[in-house]
Amino acid sequence: MSRRALWSLVLAVALVLLAIRAFTGPGMGRSYVSDQQMGFVQSADGVWEAAPDGVTPTISWTAELSVPPRVFYAANAKDPKQTTVHLSLSRTLGLWAAAFFTLAILSFLYADNPCYKVAEAAVVGVSAAYWGIVGVWDVLVPKLGGALLPLYTKAHFLPSLTDVTGNWWMLVPLALGLMLLCRLVPKVASVSLLPLAFVIGTTAGLKFISFTEGDLLAQSAATMKPLYVERLGVDGALDLAMTVGASLKQTLLFVGVICALAYFYFSVEHKGVVGRAARVGIWYLMITFGAGFGFTVMGRIALLAARFEFMLDDWLWLIDPSGKRVVALTAGAGEVLGQFAQIHSVSVW
Amino acid sequence: MTRQIALIITFVSGFAMVASAFFKPVEHWGEDVAEWFNVLAAIAFVLGAANLAKVHLEKISSRSPGWGYSGLTIFFFTFTFAVGLMKLGVHPMDKFPAVAMSGEKDAEGSAFWWMYAFVMSPLTSTMFALLAFFVASAAFRAFRAKNVEAALLLGTAFIVLLGRTFAGVVLTGWLPESLSFLRLENLASLILEVFNSAGNRAIIIGIALGVAAQSLKIMLGLDRSYLGASN
Repeated sequence: MSRRALWSLVLAVALVLLAIRAFTGPGMGRSYVSDQQMGFVQSADGVWEAAPDGVTPTISWTAELSVPPRVFYAANAKDPKQTTVHLSLSRTLGLWAAAFFTLAILSFLYADNPCYKVAEAAVVGVSAAYWGIVGVWDVLVPKLGGALLPLYTKAHFLPSLTDVTGNWWMLVPLALGLMLLCRLVPKVASVSLLPLAFVIGTTAGLKFISFTEGDLLAQSAATMKPLYVERLGVDGALDLAMTVGASLKQTLLFVGVICALAYFYFSVEHKGVVGRAARVGIWYLMITFGAGFGFTVMGRIALLAARFEFMLDDWLWLIDPSGKRVVALTAGAGEVLGQFAQIHSVSVW
Repeated sequence: MTRQIALIITFVSGFAMVASAFFKPVEHWGEDVAEWFNVLAAIAFVLGAANLAKVHLEKISSRSPGWGYSGLTIFFFTFTFAVGLMKLGVHPMDKFPAVAMSGEKDAEGSAFWWMYAFVMSPLTSTMFALLAFFVASAAFRAFRAKNVEAALLLGTAFIVLLGRTFAGVVLTGWLPESLSFLRLENLASLILEVFNSAGNRAIIIGIALGVAAQSLKIMLGLDRSYLGASN
């Protein structure tokens, strides 16, 4: 049997097992939602407010809030015909899509394959669009639209906009932005240098100040502190052991910063005192890189653990650390729904 | 001529920002320009999107290897951008139910939220998680305590990794109180408080000096590399 055939067989068996698990018994990978009816009426002074009980709302819609499966179980146990808490097809599909993409990325550990390439294409396309949309709704509409077309923006997109006087200065970034787009037209591409120069110039000016003030001066000030650090005990008397410890720490810190800076100072040949200081500086830097490496590995492993938790808990329903699918036998469906409404500060009219 | 104007713009805008830090009457320049900057960055996304489309459409039209994946990239991009722009599935804000587009773009239940929660978030976090395997594998192959420096790096990584987990606490928990400073969690804290802080401070000071020097060179027109190869 060829390697390809073997893997196809393994995949087919896994799919069959998944299908059996998904459609029998308690199932797996399902997402439930609770419907919340939203209704509003306009008061005499033109303000919209939630429709009181018994009043037909002028505007209404149904919002869906994610709920753990146990809320669905409890609601069904109380009233099998209820439709308020129900399976969400789109979110269930999303859960399976997320599981597929997780496995597709992890499949790269074996070898580059079409599933990984599909996931790669998805991440590029979705990420680019995501940041584009963030730019549109978080920056262009409120900053540019709110400044140049305030009344239109307020009426259609941003009703909470308070300042509708406009700000014509925002024409400058708009003009610069349009000049930036000239890069797409070869004949006038050089015009895009002007906004680029503005971006580079302002960045250089801002970074010059922020790095000097926030990093150079702040870090130097934090280092240039007395090496003798006095520590008092609970009785108010000098605690010798604590004082020695704290002073030693401060001395090691000071020596470390000076020595590491000596290593970075290349205008003097690393010989004699400077050479020895630079060597100690390298040791400090190695310890720093080692700690950085340790934290990076820990961070990545934490992410991996989160992905495994998603696969085993949310998708496969093999583990349930937060009790998402456990229904307390003594609690009635009404109580569970009540708790849910309380936690999420929602009300049902 | 355009390049000369660009240099003047860099000089003026750069020193205007520096001046805003020192002179009270022009203090607001920094904040104003930061807003302009955000707008420019958002418009630059259009440029990025156009570039993405150009690269992948070229691959599709020339049927170059992997063109199908380029088609998928274009599909995912267009779909996400369209549903985000139209705020598909977003309900209006409770305070302004009559303004259809007043809701948050990524409100729970919207199509844009779906793309983020079920596609982008799992993909990016799994990609970063994947690095755990590669970092561990590379470390296993490359880490050899051949000299003092390598031993320090290896030892520190080992102590920090163990000291920040429950395993570290268990491994050295038996040490008596008088030797408690040798417990892995205490050693990890000492490394972070003293040695790691010292190294990081030196690096930060070095970076700050470098950024300040480079910024001055750019503002004064001594570094013109951003204008293109001909400069």
